Amino acid sequence: MAVSLRESVERISDPRNLDASVEEVFRLMLGIECKREAGPAIVENESVTAVVGFGGVLSGACVFRSGAGTALKIATRMTGMEFDAIDDTVKDGIGEICNMLAGAWKGKVPELAANCGLSVPAVITGRDYNLHVQAPEFQLRHTYRFGDRVFETTIVCDGLK
Amino acid sequence: MGEIRALIVDDSSVMRKIVERALRQAGLDALVVHEAGTGAEGLELLRSKPVDLILSDINMPTMDGLEFLRQIRAQNLAQGVPVVMITTESSEEHVKQAIQSGAQGYIRKPFTAEQVKERVLPLVHAA
Repeated sequence: MAVSLRESVERISDPRNLDASVEEVFRLMLGIECKREAGPAIVENESVTAVVGFGGVLSGACVFRSGAGTALKIATRMTGMEFDAIDDTVKDGIGEICNMLAGAWKGKVPELAANCGLSVPAVITGRDYNLHVQAPEFQLRHTYRFGDRVFETTIVCDGLK
Repeated sequence: MGEIRALIVDDSSVMRKIVERALRQAGLDALVVHEAGTGAEGLELLRSKPVDLILSDINMPTMDGLEFLRQIRAQNLAQGVPVVMITTESSEEHVKQAIQSGAQGYIRKPFTAEQVKERVLPLVHAA
């Protein structure tokens, strides 16, 4: 029987699922307690963005975005190594964080967990760029804080079967 | 426990290090780790290096972890060696596919060192 999520859009787009996923990934993998906060992230001049695509009954993407300093801090927590620039290891680590966020988020809804695949992460670094998605079905864009660091996590759904 | 030779297959070098650290925290102090960034590299390593434990990601480019697992079995590599999949995929269907492909264990990312200990050590002891 074909799986349809059209009737479940409210459940899938429940913002609490994203908050729980972010808190879980940061607590378990980094030992960091992070909390959602109001308003957009204060993004540093140089930023790091990781994207993991969804395919299957839901198409879209999970996007993690932070300033370079926050990305370095996260990579240090993941590896135990110190970094002074965004190198391949930092990009790899941020890509994995995004991968786990995407997996944890889709895992909150059983039909999604079973019928929605994840792409391998893509990581973009640079200055003065924005992410645009035309007419998404829904979009969740949340800012989180740990210590003096902030980052954004976005779920964009541009197609739902 | 004596020396344990583990093969960790993940396209992320950071995740390979995290898995290695979790294994050491789980009590596998005398650990010798071989790392592979792809399933094909993992198969190549298994042809030349004996191992006691294999941990593999599922979601990898070119050859995913399930195909890697099927190839291990098809090529009669690492016979009797326990394989644990470590992945972001969490549905019952994915667990079933992994077990059917020959995995003995399954750990969902994100994970704790305690979960690695609970799921990996019994397999190492039993092997």
